[in-house]
Amino acid sequence: MENKRKRSAEELRYQQRVKEKMPRSKTLSQCVRAFVSGGAICSIGQAVRCFGEKTLQLGTEGTAAFTAIVMVFLGATLTGFGVYDKIGTWAGAGSIVPITGFANSIVSPAMEFKREGLILGTAAKMFTIAGPVLVYGVGSSVVVGILAWLFMR
Amino acid sequence: MNTKRLGRQSVRFFAPPRLISGAAIVGDVEGEGPLGSCFDIVLADDTWGEESWEKAERKMFEQAVRLALQKCALPVSGVDLLLGGDLLNQIISANFAARELAIPFLGLYGACSTMAESLLLGSMLIDGGYANRVACAATSHFSTAERQYRFPLEMGGQTTPTAQRTVTGAGASLLVAAEDDTKRHFASIRVMGGTIGRVVDLGITDANNMGAAMAPAAADTLAAHLRETGRNAADYDLIVTGDLGRFGSEMFHELCADKGIDLAGKHRDCGNMIFSPQQKVDCGGSGCGCSGVTLNGFLLRQMEEGAVRRMLFMATGALMSPTAGMQGDSIPGIAHAVVLERGE
Repeated sequence: MENKRKRSAEELRYQQRVKEKMPRSKTLSQCVRAFVSGGAICSIGQAVRCFGEKTLQLGTEGTAAFTAIVMVFLGATLTGFGVYDKIGTWAGAGSIVPITGFANSIVSPAMEFKREGLILGTAAKMFTIAGPVLVYGVGSSVVVGILAWLFMR
Repeated sequence: MNTKRLGRQSVRFFAPPRLISGAAIVGDVEGEGPLGSCFDIVLADDTWGEESWEKAERKMFEQAVRLALQKCALPVSGVDLLLGGDLLNQIISANFAARELAIPFLGLYGACSTMAESLLLGSMLIDGGYANRVACAATSHFSTAERQYRFPLEMGGQTTPTAQRTVTGAGASLLVAAEDDTKRHFASIRVMGGTIGRVVDLGITDANNMGAAMAPAAADTLAAHLRETGRNAADYDLIVTGDLGRFGSEMFHELCADKGIDLAGKHRDCGNMIFSPQQKVDCGGSGCGCSGVTLNGFLLRQMEEGAVRRMLFMATGALMSPTAGMQGDSIPGIAHAVVLERGE
């Protein structure tokens, strides 16, 4: 690559200085928040799971599907009401990592791009954030499946 | 010899154009900020009754221009030229507003430096004799900028402490030739000259740290301006940058110190003025509208009232492109400066 710029001494010095002086994220408090909020969301998930398992008697696979459906529904609904982004501002990774965050990442662009139409807006943009997760999630599950087939027969 | 030019980057005007009017329209968050009472219109709802934020943004641009003209009782047909831009792809806000205004139009893209860029170009065109009345405007909108440059609004996540909030707002100024006898809203403000910025890039790649990306450009333009005009910072009552924000301003001060420039406590940044730290905007405001509304809503009034006599207005732009960013490019910065003076 010929057109790649070489970093001058001035650039390096400036970047170093910026790195040293820039205000930092409050990692510890963010971790605590993520732990508390992520834990809370997962506890709700566990409660849903217990409800499906014990009360509704859904069986192992049925319970898993039931829990995922309820949690995705919750995440999507809270996104639609404009609440999930506020939770996210406080919770950070705590509300991004659970499946409710996955729902949020699909519903939020779907809402945002509604004005560009149902096909080229909502449908096309729906997976701009979740798309990579799906691609590599499905992709890695195929790899794991092949490995399992090769070594665990 | 062309004596209107000073050095490589600076210009001065033989018949300094007058800046006779300004208008500023802002969104609700900006209205709640420290300068809230200075703006002509504060929107209660950031769609302003339109069906999309993009349409609201172009409406702000158009109405800001109309408002600036109204203050001087000037019809749209009385303006020779419209200069302006915004942050969106193909500068759609400015283009569509210009369609409605039907004033001969030169669209500009200087990212957040657009307000200074348009004032500088407008003044040059007037002093060059190519126009008598020029309207200059810039606009940005938090919600349109977020969706183009970042994430959907309803997406839950945290910002980094160096992030800045794009200002929802449009600012417009009206420049006229020195001898023009249009009724003046601002009686005595003139554009004396300015300095055209260079694109400066010290390799900052973090799109959430645009203040640091722009600070070198601001320092570069200021250094060139002071060198070429033979002035120092103390010659100004105020040196205003556009949207460096808190951290960018800190880096700007350091870079100035490196270049041996004593800012003499004259520097203020629009990004720090428009929001209060309690508004949870991390490092402050940004966007074309940030310097546009601060200039037209607040700073020009300060000049008119006599609190500021000579000001260097230096809007700063982060020439950020999501595409270039994804390909590993850094964020180049630019800053243009105009000298505004109060005088008879």
